[in-house]
Amino acid sequence: MANEAIRELAAQDYKWGFTSAIESDVVPAGLNEDVIRMISAKKQEPPWLLEWRLKAYRDWLPMKEPHWANVTYPPVDYQAIRYYAAPKKKPQVNSLNEIDPEIRKTFEKLGISLDEQKRLSGIAVDAVLDSVSVATTFKDKLKELGIIFCSFSEAVREHPDLIRQYLGMVVPPKDNFFAALNSAVFTDGSFCYIPKGVRCPMELSTYFRINASQTGQFERTLIVAEEGAYVSYLEGCTAPMRDENQLHAAVVELIALDNAQIKYSTIQNWYPGDKNGKGGIYNFVTKRGLCKGINSKISWTQVETGSAITWKYPSCILKGDNSIGEFYSVALVNNYQQADTGTKMIHVGKNTRSTIISKGISAGHGQNSYRGMVRILQGALGARNYSQCDSLLMSETCGAHTFPKIDVEETTAQMEHEATTSKISEDQMFYCKSRGIKAEDAVSMIVNGFCKQVFKELPMEFAVEAQKLLSVSLEGTVG
Amino acid sequence: MLDIKNLEASVGDKQILHGITLKVNQGEVHAIMGPNGSGKSTLANVLAGREGYTVTGGTVLYDGKNLLDRTPEDRAAEGLFLAFQYPVEIPGVSNTYFMKTALNAVRKHQGKPELDAMDFLKVIKEKAKLVEIPETMLSRGVNEGFSGGEKKRNEILQMAILEPRLCLLDETDSGLDIDALQIVARGINALRRPDRAFIVVTHYQRLLNYVQPDFVHVLSGGRIVKSGGKELALELEKKGYGWLEQEKIGSR
Repeated sequence: MANEAIRELAAQDYKWGFTSAIESDVVPAGLNEDVIRMISAKKQEPPWLLEWRLKAYRDWLPMKEPHWANVTYPPVDYQAIRYYAAPKKKPQVNSLNEIDPEIRKTFEKLGISLDEQKRLSGIAVDAVLDSVSVATTFKDKLKELGIIFCSFSEAVREHPDLIRQYLGMVVPPKDNFFAALNSAVFTDGSFCYIPKGVRCPMELSTYFRINASQTGQFERTLIVAEEGAYVSYLEGCTAPMRDENQLHAAVVELIALDNAQIKYSTIQNWYPGDKNGKGGIYNFVTKRGLCKGINSKISWTQVETGSAITWKYPSCILKGDNSIGEFYSVALVNNYQQADTGTKMIHVGKNTRSTIISKGISAGHGQNSYRGMVRILQGALGARNYSQCDSLLMSETCGAHTFPKIDVEETTAQMEHEATTSKISEDQMFYCKSRGIKAEDAVSMIVNGFCKQVFKELPMEFAVEAQKLLSVSLEGTVG
Repeated sequence: MLDIKNLEASVGDKQILHGITLKVNQGEVHAIMGPNGSGKSTLANVLAGREGYTVTGGTVLYDGKNLLDRTPEDRAAEGLFLAFQYPVEIPGVSNTYFMKTALNAVRKHQGKPELDAMDFLKVIKEKAKLVEIPETMLSRGVNEGFSGGEKKRNEILQMAILEPRLCLLDETDSGLDIDALQIVARGINALRRPDRAFIVVTHYQRLLNYVQPDFVHVLSGGRIVKSGGKELALELEKKGYGWLEQEKIGSR
């Protein structure tokens, strides 16, 4: 009798299992056209977008993974990745006391409020209605101004014409291996559109996207600023983010029309791997801005302290006359982290200007490479570039490398490049100690001073968080 | 306050101090003079706890307690201050921020509440006026792009803010023109108090025209070879350090 019941139960389970397998999106690992069709179908995408994805996939197939970066990692098995996962509910945790105490300690050191800690840990925030209503008031205000700020998937459904017009304009799928992969399998990201003459009144942060709980592996973000528009966008947060997916290959495209300005700031603190370099996220990102219109301006500001490997070059194509591109970066590598990051500034129009300020900090066994390309095409009359690349070495075993590439085809162009390599001197340390300042505080202060030129480009709250993040990331590097 | 007995110290393999004995009480100003290589800066650095100097003999008591086994931060927190001969630059760190961090570190050690940015700004402006430092210097990076004179005045400003009890001035007058020298001297004099002591290490006598010492000691070959009142400085100025060598030889 009991056996029969069990067998029935087992059979039932199996039946349920089978149905829910389809419904709950258990997509097998591996990449092929069927997987892509499945992703597109689940997201209810229009046929043109599916075609776009499939073309990108077919372009990707013959491509070879690039290995010119100054980083090493075990080969990625693209057939072992699951390219679609249903929005996962974070593990049910009822109180902060159930969180790993190490993580809690980090939250506290970073000055993250209790409510924020709960939200990041997936705990229901008590005032759920409040956070929804805050986000709602926020969205209402934006709507009044005609600003669109929503998830990429939502934009495909609600504003397909805009997506169709601008998607791939700055980073065409064929651009590089990871861009092609992303174009085929991207799951979600942000879409932001600022109409003519509108200045977005608040900093747009992914925090305010409802359902932003699951950041995708292959994020796709598109920001368009029409004539005379302005927007400041913040990506990321200082809280250490873990993800079971190791490879992150996002694509971010920015387009600024006449007299428009886009400011894009990033703080990245993805899980960097353990002290021995095991595990950690690979952050291989393609970010590019097109200064399409005259007098347009795009600024990239980034603080990269996480990930096992950071490989990205937020770049600007200065097409419009008088356009301006800026890149401010602080990249920190500790333990066994590796970074190969920098920018590309391509001067096409007349009287264009670009500014590059890169601060690399290497500690532990970290390897930090700056790769900067400044290309001034013939006809880019009066182009000007200023590049400054500073490295700070904090251990005997770390490394800092610089690969500047300067390509000038225009005789009226002006270029300046400065580079320094330094370490925190004993004299500086003793000076601080002799004033009563403890060694760790001295290091933190000196490093923040080193990064000041970049930090002052960050929106206020991000700047404060960035300083704290740097201090926390440098713990244990003294001595 | 400070009781040094037979202090011997070396830098690397070289023995520099061969037995210094000196007592400094509250309210006193001691000048230490001597030719190059006599060990003047070494003495100041050993007292401040700089790495690279090894004490090979003797004792130093500060307020009756052993000074030498304390870290530089602790010594600073206990009220010891070193005005550097060659103050280092800390780019990107504003003068104001640096001094606020230092003052709060010392206050914390002393069990006093830390000052917030607003309160500290009041303090630094007041002290800046006292030692004649323009407010523009406060927002610059610590010693960043400062002239020699500005660096030395910045040391005096730090001294004014931290309110130490024992001030070691390591050749504060070196590299200063007459005007800068007078400003620095006025700053030092403004900080003289009955509960504060100064050890002024100087190469030339002229600072002592403005900062009148109570005692003058002459260092030579890592030893104090002569001590006296402020007239000794004037005598040295007239006769030169060679005179002392002669005296030394003569007295053997």
